[in-house]
Amino acid sequence: MRYWTVLAAFAVVAGCLLLGGAGMRPFGAPRLDAMDQYFNARSQAEVAANNVVTAIVFDYRGYDTLGEATVLFVAVVGVALILRRVKR
Amino acid sequence: MSVVVRTIARILIPVILVFGGYVILHGHLTPGGGFQGGAVAASAVALLLVAVGAPAVKKLKAPFSVLEDLGGVAFVVLGFLGIGFTFFANSLAGMGGLFGAPVPSGPNPGVLNTAGTVPLMNWAVGLKVLGGLGAVLVLFGLFGGDDDR
Amino acid sequence: MIGNVPFVACMVLVLLGLWALLFRRNLIKVVIGLKVIENGVNLYLVATGYVKGGIAPIYTYAPPDAAMVLPTPQALTLTSIVIGLATTALMLAFVVVIHRHKRTLDGCKVTELSG
Repeated sequence: MRYWTVLAAFAVVAGCLLLGGAGMRPFGAPRLDAMDQYFNARSQAEVAANNVVTAIVFDYRGYDTLGEATVLFVAVVGVALILRRVKR
Repeated sequence: MSVVVRTIARILIPVILVFGGYVILHGHLTPGGGFQGGAVAASAVALLLVAVGAPAVKKLKAPFSVLEDLGGVAFVVLGFLGIGFTFFANSLAGMGGLFGAPVPSGPNPGVLNTAGTVPLMNWAVGLKVLGGLGAVLVLFGLFGGDDDR
Repeated sequence: MIGNVPFVACMVLVLLGLWALLFRRNLIKVVIGLKVIENGVNLYLVATGYVKGGIAPIYTYAPPDAAMVLPTPQALTLTSIVIGLATTALMLAFVVVIHRHKRTLDGCKVTELSG
């Protein structure tokens, strides 16, 4: 019974996801890309970097990278806290 | 592991580390950056762990932790360099000093001495990722088994 | 509709991971399912930013007057990959501790925290 309930829920989610994927806008033709065109056009003038992705990661979205570094730090601290010699 | 694995690891680990350093150093010119280069360099740590075993690299755990903390602190300090304008403002780009050469507009062969604080942040984040992943790998190697060695 | 095969493929990847998450009881396989979901989402993000005939958004030796793909989804995917790596390390550490204490990897046998 429980198995069939979960299977029905999975089928509903699967149908929604597949229909959503098939009903997206055409592949390769994004509509709202003003921000990305700005980054592509101005990253050489503003950040002086040839690699636009690096310019976004480290300059335009520096706060995002700071949070990401914090997440990595917290994960390392968590692993070091969990995997340690247990005093018995 | 066997002597074959150890010999191949001795040959390959410097190559992997140099490639990781290249990916970090050219992060603002070619595909790659701090995270990718740090992950590549951490794969050398994984190879070392497989080759010589976890107890032999036990004393690498503390240097990796220190490296991770230093990378995080260096990243925040580099963010504070632009505090006269905003936090994380790129205060070195185009100023003529360190990493301050002007970059030509449009497709160009790429000048290494550009992009201001971005290469320095690449190095900070690369060392941070190398330290973090290396510490995680050594910890899993040491304490990942059933028994507490 | 028929050109949206990459989006549908990403959804299939997400569904495979969801299947592993729902119908597998081995904790390692649950973690693998989560990673498969995450990879599907990352692939979907990158596919969202693809421009037809576009090149990578890097100006070093780029062909002149070529369209570039959108860089922001790639930057956010980079963030997502690193965070996924960190959470995976944490989850595997929890699995190690569970196996050390319970001597089993069956998620249904770990019932201390179930309501």
